[in-house]
Amino acid sequence: MNRIRITQRNQHILTAYIFVLPGLLLYLIFIIYPMAKALQMSFYKWSIVPGNPSKLVGLANYTRALQDPVAKLALRNTIVYTLITVPGQMILALAVALLLNNIVRGKIFFRTLYYLPVVTSWVIVSLLFKYIFQSPKGVLNHLLVNVFHLIQEPIPWLRNASTAMIPIWGLGIWKGVGWAMVIFLAALQTIPQELYEAAAIDGASSWRRLTSITLPLMRPTLVFTLVMLMIGGFNVFTSVYLITNGGPLQRTEVILSYMYHQAFDFLEFGYGAALCFVLAVVIVTISFLQIRFLRRPEEMGL
Amino acid sequence: MKGTANLFGKHFRTMILYLVIASGAVVMIFPFLWMISTSFKEHAYSIAFDAGLIPTNPSVANFTRAWKMSHFQRYFVNSLFVALTSVVFVVLVSSMMAYAFARFTFPGREPIFYTILLVLMVPNVVGIIPQFLLAKTLGLRNSLWGLIIFYVAGMVPFNTFLLRGFFETLPRELEDAVLIDGGTHFTTFFQIVLPLSKPALATVSIFSFLGFWDEFILALTFIDEASKRTLPIAIASLHGQYGTDWGLVFAASLIALVPVITVFVSLQRYFVGGLTAGAFKG
Repeated sequence: MNRIRITQRNQHILTAYIFVLPGLLLYLIFIIYPMAKALQMSFYKWSIVPGNPSKLVGLANYTRALQDPVAKLALRNTIVYTLITVPGQMILALAVALLLNNIVRGKIFFRTLYYLPVVTSWVIVSLLFKYIFQSPKGVLNHLLVNVFHLIQEPIPWLRNASTAMIPIWGLGIWKGVGWAMVIFLAALQTIPQELYEAAAIDGASSWRRLTSITLPLMRPTLVFTLVMLMIGGFNVFTSVYLITNGGPLQRTEVILSYMYHQAFDFLEFGYGAALCFVLAVVIVTISFLQIRFLRRPEEMGL
Repeated sequence: MKGTANLFGKHFRTMILYLVIASGAVVMIFPFLWMISTSFKEHAYSIAFDAGLIPTNPSVANFTRAWKMSHFQRYFVNSLFVALTSVVFVVLVSSMMAYAFARFTFPGREPIFYTILLVLMVPNVVGIIPQFLLAKTLGLRNSLWGLIIFYVAGMVPFNTFLLRGFFETLPRELEDAVLIDGGTHFTTFFQIVLPLSKPALATVSIFSFLGFWDEFILALTFIDEASKRTLPIAIASLHGQYGTDWGLVFAASLIALVPVITVFVSLQRYFVGGLTAGAFKG
């Protein structure tokens, strides 16, 4: 009897591994191994020339990143991008979701319109924003100068370091609002209507209902959205790569665009890997802090 | 009397509400309108700067040019092949893995699961340099199958996570009945769990398809050969440092958007379901 049970148990485990293995192997070989390898590379002056061994340099790539003014600027640009686009998306998405939750006719139609930028590829929308922010003949300059007469001269948005990030921020917010909005809208629909009726009887204002009922009940959703948007924010790459390509004079580089240039233009693979890990550490730390402090433990895990 | 005033107030509020929502929608749509408008302006007009939103002399020349451009149809087919093949594999592999997590206890279950959770936070792009070298070593550069393998591997964790959540909501009784009748877990998986999970599988397929269709950075890194490009790379390469032919770029972009919009509009209900599954399970 006991032996049968052991055989059954082994059979069970074997079956489980058959189900797990294909995915797990792909994941280990093509995702985990490269990540681990990147960590190793970040401690080397990595050589891609065959027969020319890579040199272990310890933390040199990391200290170089700390002293490299462009790397520091890239990190700053990445953080500023996240600090601007994440709250921008959250607040606008919440506003739109609250508005849409109040209408019946046309709700799906408007939801679709707001969601359209989300499904459009980053390559297309990046080029579109580049086109709109061109100078002197971009759409925005045309509107500001010729249609609304707000300014005399077209603004060279992309050629000024101080304004070149604006289209990139704008794109980040515009493209992401619909995603957060759909999630918020779904969360709003799970809030029991009776709570609002009870609050109305007690004479609670709509602001009070928002802060005392809606927002607290949406908390897990808000935290989830915050974490996801933040990860997305730190990962900004395609828009920068295509709109400014880090220019003018590397003033709009973000971590990933700078890493990409270092690795694939200058073949500085070790340094590029170190830049990737600086980014990874920042992201994982902030995600953990957010989940740890904003989320209740029972909302996590198997 | 009071009733009429209330009714009037209510109508007024609804009107304002719609006005605000519609203005927001206009802002969202505005860039697309310019994209469409520009794609209908012929090259000459782009240079002479036909500034208006409505083209003075609309023409489909850009679309025919884009479509007939060398390799463009190839790029379209490449993208379709890569995206669809990757979807088939990622759905199969992720649902198998998710099933194991949802229904089995086995040594290593918790460590593997929590590794996946942890690494979900680390952007895949962190490994891009070794991925590039690995692809080179394995002869997977300039290969659509190379892209497919990396795409599938990259999406397995998230899809597994979503599907595991869904599988756990399925009642076990049916599966137990089949197992008692002598069926194996393969029977339960293919004949009960997968058919019952069609909505979740549809969601996962749609999101994966869009992700693969739009993927840029890996394709940019892996593909040098012009004939192996996917659409995002092809479109990005249409735009030069100087003198971009925007009409052509946006005509090509709109062609690339056709599958996306088709999938999105026809399968919208799965979108919302999938997003919220992520939100509440995640």
